[in-house]
Amino acid sequence: MLNAKIPEGDLEHKWRNYQMQSQLINPANKKKLGVIVVGSGLAGAGAAATLAELGYDVQCFCYQDSARRAHSVAAQGGINAAKNYQHDGDSVWRMFHDTLKGGDFRSREANVYRLAELSAPLIDHYVQQGVPFAREYGGVLVNRSFGGVQVQRTFYARGQTGQQLLLAAYSQLYKMKRAKKVRMFPRHEMMDLVMLEGKAKGIIARDLVTGELKRFAAHAVVLATGGYARVFRLSTLAIGCNATAIWKAHKRGAYFAAPSFTQIHPTALPQTSEAQSKLTLMSESLRNDGRIWVPKKKGDGRRANAIPEEERDYYLERRYPSFGNLAPRDIASRAAKERIDAGYGVGRLKNAVYLDFSQAIGRLGRQTIADRYGNLFKMYEKITGVDAYEEPMQISPAAHFSMGGLWVDYELMTTIPGLYAIGECNFSDHGANRLGANSLLQASIDGYFVLPNTINNYLAGALQEDHPTTDHPEFEKVENEVRDHIEKVLHVKGNKTVDHFHRELGKIMWQECAMSRNREGLEKALVQIKEITDAFWKDVNVTGGHQEMNTELEKALRLADFLELGLLMCTDALNREESCGAHFREEYQTKEGEAVRNDEAYAHVSAWAYDQGRFTLHKEALTFEHVQPSVRSYK
Amino acid sequence: MNVNFKIWRQDNPHSKGHFEQYGVEGLTGDMSFLEALDHLNERLVANNEKAIAYEYDCREGICGQCGIFINGRAHGPHDHMTTCQLHMRSFSDGDTIVVEPWRAAAFPIIKDLVVDRSALDNIIEQGAYITAKTGTAPEANAILIAKDLADKAMDAAACIGCGACVATCKNASAALFTAAKINHLNSLPQGAHEASKRVMQMTKQMELEGFGSCTFTGACEVECPEGISIVNIAEMNARRAKAKWWG
Ligand SMILES: Cc1cc2nc3c(=O)[nH]c(=O)nc-3n(C[C@H](O)[C@H](O)[C@H](O)COP(=O)(O)OP(=O)(O)OC[C@H]3O[C@@H](n4cnc5c(N)ncnc54)[C@H](O)[C@@H]3O)c2cc1C
Ligand code: SF4
Ligand code: FES
Repeated sequence: MLNAKIPEGDLEHKWRNYQMQSQLINPANKKKLGVIVVGSGLAGAGAAATLAELGYDVQCFCYQDSARRAHSVAAQGGINAAKNYQHDGDSVWRMFHDTLKGGDFRSREANVYRLAELSAPLIDHYVQQGVPFAREYGGVLVNRSFGGVQVQRTFYARGQTGQQLLLAAYSQLYKMKRAKKVRMFPRHEMMDLVMLEGKAKGIIARDLVTGELKRFAAHAVVLATGGYARVFRLSTLAIGCNATAIWKAHKRGAYFAAPSFTQIHPTALPQTSEAQSKLTLMSESLRNDGRIWVPKKKGDGRRANAIPEEERDYYLERRYPSFGNLAPRDIASRAAKERIDAGYGVGRLKNAVYLDFSQAIGRLGRQTIADRYGNLFKMYEKITGVDAYEEPMQISPAAHFSMGGLWVDYELMTTIPGLYAIGECNFSDHGANRLGANSLLQASIDGYFVLPNTINNYLAGALQEDHPTTDHPEFEKVENEVRDHIEKVLHVKGNKTVDHFHRELGKIMWQECAMSRNREGLEKALVQIKEITDAFWKDVNVTGGHQEMNTELEKALRLADFLELGLLMCTDALNREESCGAHFREEYQTKEGEAVRNDEAYAHVSAWAYDQGRFTLHKEALTFEHVQPSVRSYK
Repeated sequence: MNVNFKIWRQDNPHSKGHFEQYGVEGLTGDMSFLEALDHLNERLVANNEKAIAYEYDCREGICGQCGIFINGRAHGPHDHMTTCQLHMRSFSDGDTIVVEPWRAAAFPIIKDLVVDRSALDNIIEQGAYITAKTGTAPEANAILIAKDLADKAMDAAACIGCGACVATCKNASAALFTAAKINHLNSLPQGAHEASKRVMQMTKQMELEGFGSCTFTGACEVECPEGISIVNIAEMNARRAKAKWWG
């Protein structure tokens, strides 16, 4: 059994107790301690800026041309905090409870409580940094509600919340760069982790402009590299999002937890062609006024507006009368898939469902709908060329968020000493399903508040050790391994493009390891992914060299890791013989098609170790002292 | 649909670039412009040629990483749109489409359509922040900000840092970008304490980076994906004059 090092004491006091007992480092010594932060999203930029303010010597990396472009930038909806500004009965306890239940009781109580506890000071922090959150006329902050909760605790900055938070974090980071406390390395991709005597002490990064492999050493390494849902290829993530850093760390000994827990968002724009590269998210808020339906007649070829009311199946309202169109994400996505698979899908590829505003427009008037969702309707028209005031939108589920990631303990340290994982790239607070507006929160809390108060506990011990340097033979060894790997990819010189293989992998992952899974499908997927992997290494073609900017090579290296990760995701999904949150095993459902969780056998975190292509399961038991796991019902 | 791309190819910062023509078949109106380039790249790779380098990440108009000069316009034929939001339905079968990188002295070309925009980060570094450490914040609602002020700050803060304003400007001025950031922070009470220093340092850096000066042609606000208004530049200039004379 894995030990998460949960501090003693009542839930309310654990974090304070932890801080009281952790080791401190005097300011003069901090500047002798170096920390590498890989990633500049909310988690990475928040951590790098704060660590630098504390006095550590920080090096920060991202693959984009600027830290400001990390994919945190794309979050639209908002960020949760238990401020209880609306006087509607919110509290840290309620938020803790909502999050634990939303995650279908597959996360740690102590972590979730800390997340809720630190949410209010985080809003204070962002306001201080100048984030232009929405305000009332009198000048106070506004809140709105989000899926899965009954209070209003979501703070937002127009439809660009993630952007505004990220720009604040990026600015703070650049403030510390100006103060010469942070060295920033944009367009640098981490290719591998370097360990000295069993501890994380550095990385090998590829300079994406020149192709040069570079060595970086430090006393500790923090990974903040975001989500890996691009393993499905079509997702709401940015094209460059990857698993490379965490995958390489996994192969060097960091356990990977709950890899198959992936959130599929119900309201993205559908795929329209093979060539499509990305699925754009339409905010969940649309489900407040839009009604979701498909035709009652299979393969109905009529246009939406020509289908009379009585021939429409409002399947969410039918199956979940009390939550209706606002059923949680996992449930709404699965219900859409069920209708699409049964042959009722709409759109050119029959892979979508309707999200219809005609009744809301009739009831409230076009102007009200425009006030609420004008920017989203405009975005929809930009992408599809269709006016959603006149015709229903076509939407479809899309891979969106990874609840899984590197296993971390209460201090956010992985199973490799000195290696931390923060933000979306760790498994942590969301269990088997994440609530909307909770992950900007988690990434920020990890980076600003938690890591800077736990890393000292490790670094205090590092003061006595020799200063790590890149002359150590281990750096040379790892650099050579990276170079060999790159050359191996370039030497295949086959006949197929990287995108070809990524499309193949994506299809299998989407079919067998997304919204619903079953033994037969997963076993088949494992065989197929191995076949694609073999084919990739025999037949991929990457033109150009490695000592230059080479976008095809970047894609190929990321895909090579996704292929291996795909195997682990299917292995994990196969192993967990229950249905919980986003993980729906068809064998474990009620007659009505609802999930059946098995707390007796599966109330644990599955953490996988890697050994030469094989995965071994380790478990962290989940105990619930404060909330009794109940059946999630949205009927 | 079939189109004829005329694309700028340049192997590295030091080599001389040139236009190359590519006839591309089998596109559809639903494809985004970048997907059409992806499609072309797959074909080039199949012919063992080097893929064309161009930039993108989010492909939904918010990260600001994409940016191509298309038929003589930054981000293509539409106002207020990023390159990644452009779709092939905006072109006609048989069109010739000229595809070039951003061109500005402060944005050196790295390869093909990729330029180095770190000059924009350098401007940010000179003061686009509030000097306060993590952990020192007062209660959020202790700072009241009227809705219209918050909305105005948000209008300016929406800049995605794409550099289209620079690329489209005949003087290659970064005034719109810089003004947007200054006005976001300087109009808020949190930013007031460093307002003068911020405007002086950031505008100075803008000049040091080699951006031209603004002559109010208004070209920038037309291309700006976020519709940042040119009024911001006038406001920045006023703030600067005030800072210069009264500190
Ligand atoms: C479209 C969309 C909308 C969303 N909306 C919301 C919302 O409304 N509310 C909410 O709470 N959450 C939302 N989320 C989720 C939330 O945005 C993310 O979970 C969160 O921002 C992740 O932050 P991060 O710092 O962990 O990662 P990211 O912001 O993704 O940052 C990752 C960083 O790692 C770097 N990196 C990655 N790999 C490497 C490598 N190999 N080498 C070097 N650097 C690397 C990248 O360059 C980047 O800087 C949304 C997500 C998406 C996709
Ligand atoms: S002001 Fe507009 S055009 Fe200029 S960088 Fe910002 S978003 Fe782009
Ligand atoms: S790719 Fe992000 S704005 Fe275009």
